[in-house]
Amino acid sequence: MNEIAITSGRMNQGVDPVLHAWTWEIPLYLYLGGLVAGILFFSAFFYLRHRENVFPAAIKIAPLFTPFMLAIGLLALFLDLTHKLYFWRLYTTIRWESPMSWGAWTLMIIFPLSIIWSAFWVKDVFPRWDWKIPFVEKSIDFLARYKAYFAWALIAFSAILGMYTGILLSAFNARPFWNTSILGPLFLVSGLSTGAAFILLISRSEQERHRFSQIDTFLIGTEIFLIIHLFMGFLASTSVHIHAAEMFLGGPYTAVFWTLVVGLGLLVPMFIEIMEMRGVKVPVVIPAVLVLFGGLMLRFIVVDAGQSSRWLYKFMEQLIF
Amino acid sequence: MRYAMAIDTKRCVGCADCVVACQTENNVPEGFCRDWIVEETIGAFPELQLEIRSERCNHCDDSPCVRCCPTGASHYEEGGVVLVNHDECIGCKACIASCPYDARFVHPEGYVDKCTFCIHRVREGKNPACVEVCPTHAMIFGDLDDRNSEISKALRTRKHKTLIPEAGTDPHVFYLL
Repeated sequence: MNEIAITSGRMNQGVDPVLHAWTWEIPLYLYLGGLVAGILFFSAFFYLRHRENVFPAAIKIAPLFTPFMLAIGLLALFLDLTHKLYFWRLYTTIRWESPMSWGAWTLMIIFPLSIIWSAFWVKDVFPRWDWKIPFVEKSIDFLARYKAYFAWALIAFSAILGMYTGILLSAFNARPFWNTSILGPLFLVSGLSTGAAFILLISRSEQERHRFSQIDTFLIGTEIFLIIHLFMGFLASTSVHIHAAEMFLGGPYTAVFWTLVVGLGLLVPMFIEIMEMRGVKVPVVIPAVLVLFGGLMLRFIVVDAGQSSRWLYKFMEQLIF
Repeated sequence: MRYAMAIDTKRCVGCADCVVACQTENNVPEGFCRDWIVEETIGAFPELQLEIRSERCNHCDDSPCVRCCPTGASHYEEGGVVLVNHDECIGCKACIASCPYDARFVHPEGYVDKCTFCIHRVREGKNPACVEVCPTHAMIFGDLDDRNSEISKALRTRKHKTLIPEAGTDPHVFYLL
């Protein structure tokens, strides 16, 4: 028997009985970041492959949503800070060892990039759009000559945005459930998958929907593969990691994770999309919404479960589970 | 200069004077504590062993909290002491998530707080408040780089351990066994 107790009584708010420093703001931002990364990646990628006429929703319409999604994500991040008046300190330095610093600067670059990229396509989507200020009109026409360079920059930065959200969590080795290098690729693939699902949702072209169904199916398959390896990795690791994985294999997160994230968010949409490619007619809104929902649930559950896993004072978990 | 603390588990009685002294000295807000007493019972009755420890921030040599701070608010100062610059802390809580010892907390004023090894006292040549007040003299604070300091001698002559060394942070709080 090995029994531990904190006899002086410790109940630091936000840390005890388990860490709950991050509530809804962070998962929402991680989700929107991944979604924006997916949308911008596909938009830039297919632009570079000259598919503007074949994939109009992917290249032109979907990016128009991204500045607003990023704005909501950034607002959520700002709301999460406890020392809000000092938020500008993030931008007075760059700390190469801090994934959070990379994220702050990546967002600083990708936010204007997404606005400029959207500005290139506004006239194509809304033909009667008028920029009103001549300077804005001229600047966009000038920058539009370098669309290909912007596209390449977007590919790079959207991949960074999609991946760094996972690397950020995996850098916290004090939270065993996050302490896996699989989280980076998992969040990137999930972000790309939700981006593809969003494009599916707003697309009105049969050919585009077919192509993105294929892409999404492939990405969902990859995501399932990564999730299996996530758990295999934990079960082959140290006792704190096994304990963290057991939260999902019989513990408190089992039901929500396997039904909402894997079942509804991955397996059911993949099955529907495969059936669609074989000719069965299903409204495309169903798998698209399920994938978008699954991605959101994945972020919420991973952020919550990570905070529940720890190295010390596991007896405190008795107080909430 | 490498500051460190050694706590003699054979002398600590778990009176929590160190907890109260720290709260008084550092105006720790009510409901929070920078250090705490842990009692670990091992074995099966009647063969039981009890270890009592006073735990706090370990001021690690390779601390994840300094590494992941996006503004540099969490930093090292003289002796390897890990401190938080209140004017640079944005309250992102990355350091709280990255500490394997769960030693940090969010101060009601918005920044992140934790044990500072009472650096304001150490700079004046005094001991941290917890060390000063311990009734059984179970705590030693000093410079590991000074061969003749009390802490260096204690670590040379007594068996000792650190908490979860496998977390890889190289802590500076030692427990004499």
